[in-house]
Amino acid sequence: MITSQRSLTGSSQSPRSPPSQPYLSVSVMDPVKLGNGVQAYISYRVITKTNFPEYQGPEKIVIRRYSDFVWLRDRLFEKYKGFFIPPLPEKSAVEKFRFSAEFIEMRRQALDVFVNRIASHSELQQSEDLRTFLQADEETMERLRSLETGIFKKKPADLMQMFKDVQSKVSDVVLGKEKPVEESNPEYEKLKHYVFELENHLAEAQKHAYRLVKRHRELGQSLSDFGKAAKLLGACEGQAVGKAFSEIGAKSETLAAKLQKEAHQLLMNFEEPLKDYVRAVQSIKATIGERANAFRQQCELAETMKLKEINLDKLMLTRSERVREAEHEYKELKEESEEATRRFETIVRLMSEEIVRFQEQKTQDMGIAFHEFARGQARMANNIADAWRSLLPKLEACSA
Amino acid sequence: MMGSENQGFEEAHLFASREEMENLVLDEPLSNHNNHQNNNSYSSYRSATSSISDTTHHPLSPPILATPADSDPLLSPPLYRNLNASDNNSYIEPPSYSDVIFSPFDENSVNEINGLDSPSKNPESSLTLSRSPSSSSDYVKITVSNPKKEQETANSLVPGGNTYYTYLITTRTNIPEFGSSEFSVRRRFRDVVTLSDRLAEAYRGYFIPPRPDKNVVESQVMQKQEFVEQRRVALEKYLRRLAEHPVIGLSDELKVFLQVEGRLPLATSTDVASRMLDGAVKLPKQLFGESTAVVAPHEVVQPAKGGRDLLRLFKELKQSVANDWGGSKPPVVEEDKLFMEKKEWIHDLEQQLSNASQQAEALVKAQQDMGETMGELGLAFIKLTKFENEEAIFNPQRVRAADMKCLATAAVKASRFYRELNAQTVKHLDTLHEYLGLMLAVHGAFSDRSSALLTVQTLLSELSTLHSRAEKLEAASSKIFGGDKSRVRKIEELKETIRVTEDAKNVAIREYERIKENNRCELERLDNERRADFLNMLKGFVVNQVGYAEKISNVWAKVAEETSGYAKDSS
Repeated sequence: MITSQRSLTGSSQSPRSPPSQPYLSVSVMDPVKLGNGVQAYISYRVITKTNFPEYQGPEKIVIRRYSDFVWLRDRLFEKYKGFFIPPLPEKSAVEKFRFSAEFIEMRRQALDVFVNRIASHSELQQSEDLRTFLQADEETMERLRSLETGIFKKKPADLMQMFKDVQSKVSDVVLGKEKPVEESNPEYEKLKHYVFELENHLAEAQKHAYRLVKRHRELGQSLSDFGKAAKLLGACEGQAVGKAFSEIGAKSETLAAKLQKEAHQLLMNFEEPLKDYVRAVQSIKATIGERANAFRQQCELAETMKLKEINLDKLMLTRSERVREAEHEYKELKEESEEATRRFETIVRLMSEEIVRFQEQKTQDMGIAFHEFARGQARMANNIADAWRSLLPKLEACSA
Repeated sequence: MMGSENQGFEEAHLFASREEMENLVLDEPLSNHNNHQNNNSYSSYRSATSSISDTTHHPLSPPILATPADSDPLLSPPLYRNLNASDNNSYIEPPSYSDVIFSPFDENSVNEINGLDSPSKNPESSLTLSRSPSSSSDYVKITVSNPKKEQETANSLVPGGNTYYTYLITTRTNIPEFGSSEFSVRRRFRDVVTLSDRLAEAYRGYFIPPRPDKNVVESQVMQKQEFVEQRRVALEKYLRRLAEHPVIGLSDELKVFLQVEGRLPLATSTDVASRMLDGAVKLPKQLFGESTAVVAPHEVVQPAKGGRDLLRLFKELKQSVANDWGGSKPPVVEEDKLFMEKKEWIHDLEQQLSNASQQAEALVKAQQDMGETMGELGLAFIKLTKFENEEAIFNPQRVRAADMKCLATAAVKASRFYRELNAQTVKHLDTLHEYLGLMLAVHGAFSDRSSALLTVQTLLSELSTLHSRAEKLEAASSKIFGGDKSRVRKIEELKETIRVTEDAKNVAIREYERIKENNRCELERLDNERRADFLNMLKGFVVNQVGYAEKISNVWAKVAEETSGYAKDSS
């Protein structure tokens, strides 16, 4: 089980720390199927334990469903641009698989990790939306959740921005400036390249990890079938040989069960972390997108500002009545432009911090995953060796 | 620790092909030898094991060994004893089982260590180069090689002639009856068919190994090279099985086949068609009483089916129908209760064998897939390692790259072990398949018995018919005073026929008894050999599993240890 992310947020950098260590710890537990038919869904119990002053009390339990987690993720993504928002497990699998015990458990684990990553992130843990998510009653949550669907997700300002984006894109095309404006930062280019390449490599590794899980299951199944056949053959043969076959058959069936167990462990402790890694990289890609947006906005505003400045100078020269108006507009624009620059620079700064964190975290996560993988394989191999070894004296006796 | 991390990857070809993987020079070689030697050993393994996965080989047939046991790779037992001694105590007794299996292609060492003599019973023993020198058992070692295309010289209807392939058959033996210790001949497949037919005639009641199929369709459809190779392998297997049979291995037919150069001096099997033709020609004469209507004693020792005597064929057919549908019991029946039980049991055994053989095949495939996927996973991580190392800006990346490399190396090693394990498993479980094939021979022997019985039954029926005819004639003739010349003559002829038929009946009964005895001996031999072979097989299978599981466990235990620093954090 990946529980490292549930580490306590001990060392807070706030100078006004309360006497006892501040902590915020969350568990996502007890998946329960609710609803009927097509509308059926899984609900989870989310238990929060904290001594943060902003929270209502030391402990709080709420019921949440997957789309609530999506809401939280989206809100954080909007508000905390530049941060690498922890990734969520995938939306939904094939219908048949959606309620299988394995899928539910995997999702629960991933959701638990998700929330705890937010809770242990020094900035994200301060989020109001997080507090809402962890404490609001179910009706409030449902209301908030339904507000967030589709276009209603965006606030008017955002809508305006979206409109402007489209506008500028169109004008770019019209003016023949098809290529979007991009940073010319070689280090950043390298990072982008790294991220994109990394996703490919990881996806491949994860694919093979998943196949390996399947192979364990298949080997288990074939051992079980072989065991049955050996037992039947043993019954037919009789005598010492028959006994030998029966023993082999029984042992095979025992080992088959162990293999199935190991397959499950492999899925949870190795394949899932790898998938998680892939998702994390995809989240970074989203942040890269945000940074590109911010950069573009900054550039556009800067350009518009220049044009306005030229216009203003012109107006001032002609002593037009519209000077005041134009000055006012210019001042507004300047503020906007500075704001956009600030936003962009914040993202740049945050990203560089986040990337360090990311690398450290991933080394940690992978180290654990590898350790569990190796332990599991060693354990399985030992079981196999012990099981077969115990048969050898019996086989010797049979041929004596 | 990770200073040399880049060294290994200069040679690494980072493509997801198995051959590339085999060429990987790993930092921590299995043995204490240097990497160079590792490469050689692994490439010889590759040639041996790749034959399993490369070709569309039947998974249960033994791999085509590129290098037989005497070119033992560096992984010889003493080496592993050193390595294993340092490991913690996971072996129940020295030498450890993992030592045993590391002479992978030498079956005999497995048997010796298990305290078993490895006589001719073990069907796989024919794959090893020789028995242990200390044993004084006789041996016959046959190799089929060197297929050559040749022209049909005489009587070719098609201008340009028919071509056919011949195979070089080399025999090495220490059995005095052969007269020489090493000899070779060239034979074509047709000769093998002849041999097989002659053996079937001469050794009725024996479990004669079935010969390879003619594969008429396949010979047209397959690639020539592939087909010839497939046939060569099949021929070798067949001849070796023949040689192993305690009776047939010493037969004149086999000796002649293996030794006499030039044209095979055995009577060829004429076409069924021409046989039928001959029979059809004779039939009218038989019916009109011109040719002999009685089956001669010497013909009785062969079944009616496939013979030239159509009349006899019809008579036996009539008898067989009477047996099944007639009101009265046939004159003599299969009385041996033991035999009938055994026959049923054999039928059951065959079913279970077939089932087990199938599941064994599936098991082998699953083991194979496991090894492959493990290897692919390792390769993917090696690519990742290289990538992280190249692009590393932060130290955690390098640490992670090192961890990945550790894992990847282990995965590749484990993958090789799985595939070696599988190569061994295939050879062991192949015994199941071999015995399944032998069931055909058993059926053949049982049907020899029933045809011989049918012949006896037919003759007995005929005799009783003849006797009652003779009685009637005598009764009729005695009524006429002074005798009836024509009737008397007829009675004389009839008495002669009865005499000949009596002789034939006696011969047939003797033949039937002989076949019954052959059946009995062979069944006993089958039981003994089968039990021994299966026990061997199971032991070999289990020893293998133990040995490789131990090896694989060690590989992963090391990784677990090296990553144990992370374990402190998890619950």
